[in-house]
Amino acid sequence: MLDNTHRPLGLPAGPGVGYKPQHFRDLLDDPGPVTWLEIHAENYMGDGGRPLAQLRHLSERFPISVHGVGLSIGGEAPLDRDHLARLKHLVGWLNPASFSEHLAWSTHDSHFLNDLLPLPYTDGTLARVCDHIDQVQEAVGRRMLLENPSSYLAFDESTWSEFDFLAEIARRTGCGLLLDVNNVFVSATNLDFSPQGYIDAFPLEQVGELHLGGHDEDEDDHGAPLLIDSHGREVVDPVWALLDHVLDRSGPKPVLVEWDTDVPDWPVLRAEAIRAQAALDRIPA
Amino acid sequence: MSVTQDEFRDALLNPSQAVPGGLSDGAARPAGRRFNVYRNNVAVSLTEAMKEAFPVITRMLGTANMEGLAGLYLRAHPPSSPLMMHYGEHFPELLARTEQLSHLGYLPDVARLELALRRSYHAADAAPIDPQALALDPDRLLALRPTLAPAAQLVRSRWPIHALWLYNTRDGAPKPEPGAQDVLILRPEFDPEPHLLPPGGAALVQALQGGRTLGEAFYAATQEDPEHDLGASLTLLLAGGAITSFDAKR
Repeated sequence: MLDNTHRPLGLPAGPGVGYKPQHFRDLLDDPGPVTWLEIHAENYMGDGGRPLAQLRHLSERFPISVHGVGLSIGGEAPLDRDHLARLKHLVGWLNPASFSEHLAWSTHDSHFLNDLLPLPYTDGTLARVCDHIDQVQEAVGRRMLLENPSSYLAFDESTWSEFDFLAEIARRTGCGLLLDVNNVFVSATNLDFSPQGYIDAFPLEQVGELHLGGHDEDEDDHGAPLLIDSHGREVVDPVWALLDHVLDRSGPKPVLVEWDTDVPDWPVLRAEAIRAQAALDRIPA
Repeated sequence: MSVTQDEFRDALLNPSQAVPGGLSDGAARPAGRRFNVYRNNVAVSLTEAMKEAFPVITRMLGTANMEGLAGLYLRAHPPSSPLMMHYGEHFPELLARTEQLSHLGYLPDVARLELALRRSYHAADAAPIDPQALALDPDRLLALRPTLAPAAQLVRSRWPIHALWLYNTRDGAPKPEPGAQDVLILRPEFDPEPHLLPPGGAALVQALQGGRTLGEAFYAATQEDPEHDLGASLTLLLAGGAITSFDAKR
C-alpha cells in the first residue's frame, strides 16, 4: 500500500532533479538539498517490475512531479485516448504533487516521433491546444502545468508571441505554466530576442515550476549561434543569471535540474541542485 | 504560408526531402539546417532507444552497423506509441529480411530473446507460491493447473541463442556450438535471467502457459523427449518464482 497521502498538494519551493534509475540509491542515502523528484510519465507505464517498484519507494520519501513527454497536446489529430487513459491511471495510483506536459506535438497519423516538435502560434493552434488541455484536465482530474518549448526556427504564420500565447492558454483553460529557463535562453539566442524581455512579459503568477538544463552549441547556415536543448551537461552561467532574474520577480518556486543524456554520477547532479538552492536562498525576503 | 504536421513529419523522416517552406530563422531567412535539429533529435533518440533495447545485437554487429540498421528500422517502422519500452518489436523481421545479414541466420532469434527480456523486465509483478504447496502425492500434483508469472517468457529457436547471449554478455563464457536451444526467461525479483531448457522443457512451459494441468504438460514434454525430467523442470520454475498460483483440476 502506497503511503504518500500525507503529502500536501503542490511541489515544495526547493530544488528537484529529474530522476534517473542510476541515482536511486544515492537519492535515498545522500539527497543533498533535493526535496522533490520529477519522472517522465512514459517510463512508468509498464505493468510492473523495477521501474514501478522504485517509483513506489521514492514516492514515500519525495513529492513526485509527473512530467509527460508523449501526449502530443499540440497535435492536429485528436488526443490518443489510450495514452490519456494511461496517464490517468498513473496519476491516479501515484497521487503526484504535480502533473505537467509540453506545448508541442509528437504524434501524427499514429507515428510517434519521440521529440517535442514546434507549433505555429495562431488562433487555430490556440483553440486546438486549449481544447486538448481541457480534455487532459478533465481526464486526469487535476490542474496541469504547460511548458514553454525550445525553438530552433519560427513559423511565418505565427501571429502571437509565445508568452502571450501561453498566458492566453492559461487564462482560457485554467492550467498553470511550467517555465523552462534554459528553453527561454535557447529560444532567445536562436531567434534573436531578449530573454529578460521574455521573462518580464511572462505571466509568472501562473508558474508552478521552473526547469533548468544544459544545452549544446552549434551554428546555423549563416554562422549564427544555434543552441540545442540536449539536457546533457551543466547549466551555463547565463542561464543561472536568468534564473535569478526570474526568482527576483516570481519569488520562491520549485526549481528542477534536468539531465537526460550522458547522465553523470550523482555528485555532479547534486552540485547542480546545490546551486539551485543557492539561487533560491539569495531571493530577498 | 502554413506548414501542416503532415508535411513536417514527412520532411523529418526523409532527410533528402526539402525543408518545408514557411519556416524561418526569426529574421525572415529560410530555416535551412535549423530544421535538421529536429531531424537529428528524432533519428538520434530512436537510434539510442534501439541500441539500449538490443545490446547483444549491437555488440555482435558493432555500433556503426547497428546505427545503420536503426535508421532503416525507423523508416520502416516508426514508433506507433509514446511508450519507448515497446519500440523495436518488429526488429527481428527487419533482420530476417536484410540481405546482407542472411549469413547470420541466428540474429532474428537473438533479437527475439532481447525483446522477451525487456517484456519480462516490465511485466506485472506476481508473488510466487510457497514451494511446499507442491509437496503432494503424484496423482494430486499432476492434476494441478499452475499459473505462470507474466515475467516468465519462452523463446524457442533452432539456433544456440542461449549460448550466443551468454557469449556476448558474460566474460569467459564458452564459444557457442551449433544446435537448437529453447530459453525460459525468469524474473525472481526484478532482474530477468534466461535459462536454457532441457529437451521437452519448452513443450511443458507452452502447455502450462496454455492453461493445461501439470499432467497434460508433462505428457506434452515427453512427446518431445520421452526422458523428460519433470522434477528438474518444476525445480527450475519454483526457483525462478515462476508459479504464482494453481487450481486443482476437478
